[in-house]
Amino acid sequence: MLSFSQLKKNLKKEDAQLKNIKISILSENAGQLVTIALKGYGVEFGYNFEINECGYNELNLQVFEPESQLYSVQSDYIIIIPSVQKLLNQFYKKPIQERNVFATEHISYMEEIIHTISSKSNAKIILFNYLEINDGVFGNFSAKLDISFITQLRKINVAISELAQITKNLFINDIVSLQTQFGTAFIIDNKFYINSDIAFSLDFLPHLAKNTLDIIKSIEGKINKCLVLDLDNTLWGGIIGDDGVEGIQVGQLGIGKAFTELQQWFKQLKERGIILTICSKNTEAIAKEPFINHPEMVLKLDDIAVFIANWETKVDNIRHIQSILNIGFDSMVFIDDNPFERNLVKENIPQIHAPDLPEDPSDYLNFLRALNLFETASFTSEDSERTHLYQEDAKRQVFKKSFLNEGEYLAGLAMTSKIESFNKFNIPRVAQLTVRSNQFNLRTKRYSEVEIEQIANSKKHTCMSFTLSDKFGDHGLIAVVILEMKNPNDLFIDTWLMSCRVLKRGMESFVLNKIVSIAKELGCEKVIGEYIPTPKNEIVSNHYKDLGFKAIDDFWYLKVEDYRKRKTYIN
Amino acid sequence: MNTEDIIKEVNSIFIDVLDNDGIIVQYNTTSDDIEEWDSLNHIQLVVAIEKYFKIRFTAAEIVNFNNVGEMCEAIKVKTLAQ
Repeated sequence: MLSFSQLKKNLKKEDAQLKNIKISILSENAGQLVTIALKGYGVEFGYNFEINECGYNELNLQVFEPESQLYSVQSDYIIIIPSVQKLLNQFYKKPIQERNVFATEHISYMEEIIHTISSKSNAKIILFNYLEINDGVFGNFSAKLDISFITQLRKINVAISELAQITKNLFINDIVSLQTQFGTAFIIDNKFYINSDIAFSLDFLPHLAKNTLDIIKSIEGKINKCLVLDLDNTLWGGIIGDDGVEGIQVGQLGIGKAFTELQQWFKQLKERGIILTICSKNTEAIAKEPFINHPEMVLKLDDIAVFIANWETKVDNIRHIQSILNIGFDSMVFIDDNPFERNLVKENIPQIHAPDLPEDPSDYLNFLRALNLFETASFTSEDSERTHLYQEDAKRQVFKKSFLNEGEYLAGLAMTSKIESFNKFNIPRVAQLTVRSNQFNLRTKRYSEVEIEQIANSKKHTCMSFTLSDKFGDHGLIAVVILEMKNPNDLFIDTWLMSCRVLKRGMESFVLNKIVSIAKELGCEKVIGEYIPTPKNEIVSNHYKDLGFKAIDDFWYLKVEDYRKRKTYIN
Repeated sequence: MNTEDIIKEVNSIFIDVLDNDGIIVQYNTTSDDIEEWDSLNHIQLVVAIEKYFKIRFTAAEIVNFNNVGEMCEAIKVKTLAQ
């Protein structure tokens, strides 16, 4: 973890490459140090945070006054840091007999704050929950008493989570989890709180900044998607090649328990949508044996999307895994107990995350949990199907080898696509795709669910989502197109993105046929596309050219009347 | 360690925290003498000094020091007590 001083020194770095993000901060304690830590941490991840510090302890004024500083800039994010000390003061002002409804009253105040901000701003709101302070007035009895501060405080924190569940643009910075991890004495330096109303210690601020960045990065689409796991002494104790299935340590006894609990965690991540892959220096048949025959293995072969065990280097094998999954190295996490392997991988694939594990396997799980490697800004039912989708892909690759001709293969897949406008069932997935798709994404415009709803209801826009299924399975929703009528003649492609799982299947032609037929229905003469380059979407740099668009300046034009319907194998 | 030695060590902490090689602190130096020494940097200085000497200042001490020398006298007393 970087120190506060290092973060502060980052502020002096000048880097034109940084992405600008506007953040307003509403803090009930003195917030200047939080601003410095956040800005410094942002630089580490390629962001230039323009921070609008809105007063100090002026939550009411800033939120409810229409002309306040908060609304003076168009923030991308609004961060609210309430003060538990101030909450406690309010609590003490209440007569004892009214304290049982303190939480109920306070949460309706917080709801009003969130609703007011949402009605005046499109910013995503990041709300800190309250640090837990037990004032100790009733001792342990506090936890049994409805008029105690800790009981009311915990109710408020639960209610904040419930509010976030029904408010799409509200995200929680779960500072209570950080408190559980670090302890109050580490988080608060009392003398600075007393002298200057500074809520967080200098040593804690980098952790707080990281946690906030984790949320922002996930909303901006920087997330980890895949775990690459070593086997010997990582998933189980011992060496399978030497010790055999009976000899490796996994299960409830001894050190085996550490590996069992670690596997349980990986399994939960898989069920949440993280792709599990294996990369091991082993003979394949021997490496797979525990997954098939060991009664106490939590992970089974079914849980693994790509299983690679051979004697090649891990660097080559990870590159191979990356090419099969078609995801960025920067979204992969490599877990290996061997520092030599980790360093070799890090040297050759610097983008990959390869955390240095602690020496003792019993420390692995808590260490990995604390890194917060798998932050996410959304969860949809399709996420939990992901491993299955990649396994179907592997079957397609085998099927493809039985054809000499690309066309015959595509025809043999018996592909069908369902086209729908945006509706309440697909909006979460559509928004998620706009945030997560990096490669096949022409303009990389990120949209929240709220924004997608607005576009869906707009008369100027035509929205389409495409599914794709074939004889091997259903890919689900894999392409999103948003068309905007710029004027009666021009139909502009605001968004065209596709999942990289369906490349080379003729989906582009199928989608373009549909776009042109819409243009005809609307009476437009031209379809206009734009390619905005990013470090990750090189793959579509020639997209419009390949589809017959003509370039004029920075835009691509297609005349509707000249268009000849493209051949596809999709129905 | 005598007060002079402590001032020398504190000087290098000032240089590091305030990121300015040219800073020279003496017994009578106050925050008025050093441009970068504002209230936010003061917090960083206090924490850096606490860590370096493995001591803790009290809330009252950090607002009452009149100059670097007084702070270093306090450091001397605290390190001796260890």
